[in-house]
Amino acid sequence: MNFEKYGSKATRFGFGEGLVELGEADERIVVLGGDITGSVLTNYFRDRFPDRFFSMGIAEQNATTVAAGLALSGKVPFFASYGAFCALRNADQLRISVCYNEANVKIGGGHSGISVGPDGATHQILEDMAFLRALPNMTLVVPCDYLEAKKATIAIGRMHGPAYIRFGREAVPSFTREDTPFTIGKAETFRDGNDVAIIATGWMVWESLVAAEELAKEGIQARVINLHTIKPIDTETIAKAAAECGAIVTAEEHQIMGGMGSAVAQVVVKNTPVPMEFVGVADTFGGSGSPGELMEAFGLTAKDVYNSVKKVLKRRSGEWNGLQAMTEVGMEGEHPKGYPKPGTIFPIDALIEADRKSEEAVA
Amino acid sequence: MPFTNERQSPEKLAGIATEIRRSIIRSLVEAGSGHSGGPLGSSDIFAVLYLGGVMKYDPKNPDLPGRDRFVLSAGHMCPVLYATLANAGFFPKSELLTLRKFGSRLQGHPGRDMHLPGIETSSGSLGQGLSIAVGMAMADKLVDRNDARVYSLTGDGELQEGSIWEAVMSAAHYKLDNFCMIVDNNDCQIDGRVPDVMNVYPIKEKFESFNFHVIEVNGHDHAALLAAFDEAKDTRGRPTCIIARTYMGAGVSFMQDKYEWHGKPPSADQAKQALDELLPNSN
Repeated sequence: MNFEKYGSKATRFGFGEGLVELGEADERIVVLGGDITGSVLTNYFRDRFPDRFFSMGIAEQNATTVAAGLALSGKVPFFASYGAFCALRNADQLRISVCYNEANVKIGGGHSGISVGPDGATHQILEDMAFLRALPNMTLVVPCDYLEAKKATIAIGRMHGPAYIRFGREAVPSFTREDTPFTIGKAETFRDGNDVAIIATGWMVWESLVAAEELAKEGIQARVINLHTIKPIDTETIAKAAAECGAIVTAEEHQIMGGMGSAVAQVVVKNTPVPMEFVGVADTFGGSGSPGELMEAFGLTAKDVYNSVKKVLKRRSGEWNGLQAMTEVGMEGEHPKGYPKPGTIFPIDALIEADRKSEEAVA
Repeated sequence: MPFTNERQSPEKLAGIATEIRRSIIRSLVEAGSGHSGGPLGSSDIFAVLYLGGVMKYDPKNPDLPGRDRFVLSAGHMCPVLYATLANAGFFPKSELLTLRKFGSRLQGHPGRDMHLPGIETSSGSLGQGLSIAVGMAMADKLVDRNDARVYSLTGDGELQEGSIWEAVMSAAHYKLDNFCMIVDNNDCQIDGRVPDVMNVYPIKEKFESFNFHVIEVNGHDHAALLAAFDEAKDTRGRPTCIIARTYMGAGVSFMQDKYEWHGKPPSADQAKQALDELLPNSN
């Protein structure tokens, strides 16, 4: 498959529109609102099907459990909020009421990842996948663009069982097409190559395709795999990539610990051990800033994928063999910059001086 | 004790509240994102609490033991807290223009990792700040046995979080009369009016049934707010809940009482209009 960027749109729109399409086809679909309906776009469903929309206020633990009750009464409830509040704040409710019950509850986790930007660390969920993939019975889907988000929303609405879809706030490149296959649990190879495999999820799929083009200029043909379903994981595609490419880089907008890369590593180590590198957030919290600034500071760009590929190839060749800490990325294991220490971007002395000057100006 | 926070007159506090509102508008328009409505609506409460002599603290030694503490449970309202702290001398006012920017100590929701003077805790996941404040009040009253007080502000929509009532139950259980919470009762939340999204009324009776001392007050009346905080200080054996009736976006005509202004900043033109309405010493 060849992909070109033909636009950009946030994945949350795919979720909102997918819900309406589901609602048209299936009267069992109901939606619970968690106050931020306009942010996660459940307002589309609310406006189209007001009788099947229930406002639950700011109470995610209750909304999750009420959803389980609706599911046990034959409905197909979707509850959506920011991932920070509908993946972890309601963790016990997800575990017991939803997953242990095998309740047919669907959760839409919006504003996911560091790219939510200026809201800061409290709202930048980077630990959700680690928890969600540990839950028995859970299906976890992370679409890579707007259109895939729409397909994924419809797909989880049609399957039976607990499911979580992770989507973002920011406009991200649109590059999949109507005829791009999407099946829950089936990873898709978006670019062929046998020199290295890049397994990515969410926004990082596009960044990986960009990195692969750069690598191709140097004669390195990278296979790029869109791992949109983190659970159940596509063992076959991953093991085949490891066997045929001999080295793997994973890329995700999530903590490296416990995320998609960890899930892939389990498959690789068990079936076909090869060197791996991990692009993701390195055991740290986020912070305020523009999405672009943050993706760069936390090492989540095409350049970081490129660097990690170069590194994994050096390791495979035996050229580089150093022990490395989990937080090291890039060619020789340099740290990502991470979030600036207080006072480095905005020095306190300069701010005090600015105050003094403005007071002088008033006086 | 080294705390010298002086009592201010209601007239002086009105001017301070206007200055806080001006700071909020300036920082939000510079940030290009963030919450306008709640911060403007609660500026009078913050002026009274921090600059009316209610709380004791030393802005140059913000971690001094024995100080009163404030926890903003509604973390998204931080522009008003930042503006108040800067006006109280905790950090330079110029820094307000770094709100929400990359590397700023003024994070989109308060982040303790940035060590901004006066920020006692990270907050932003609604409801949690109140429990943190209860923990602080327990430390002061039950462990350290000092006379420090702990204040915390929640939104009225925030009362929908179930954990709020767990915090309230524990504050009453431990008879935390050093604990005073303020409900910013503006009836607005992102999706609409609070009673429409998820009704939290009656608020007063709920807190009374949880064994709180409840004071209802006009949240824009500086004299009434001073009296309410005095009454809370004089209350023994029970925590206090001040239900402050406010208008979201108060002080700016086109924002006032409009829930649409919960989570967005003014444009440059709107900011200019707002600042024209918020004249210094106009009160």
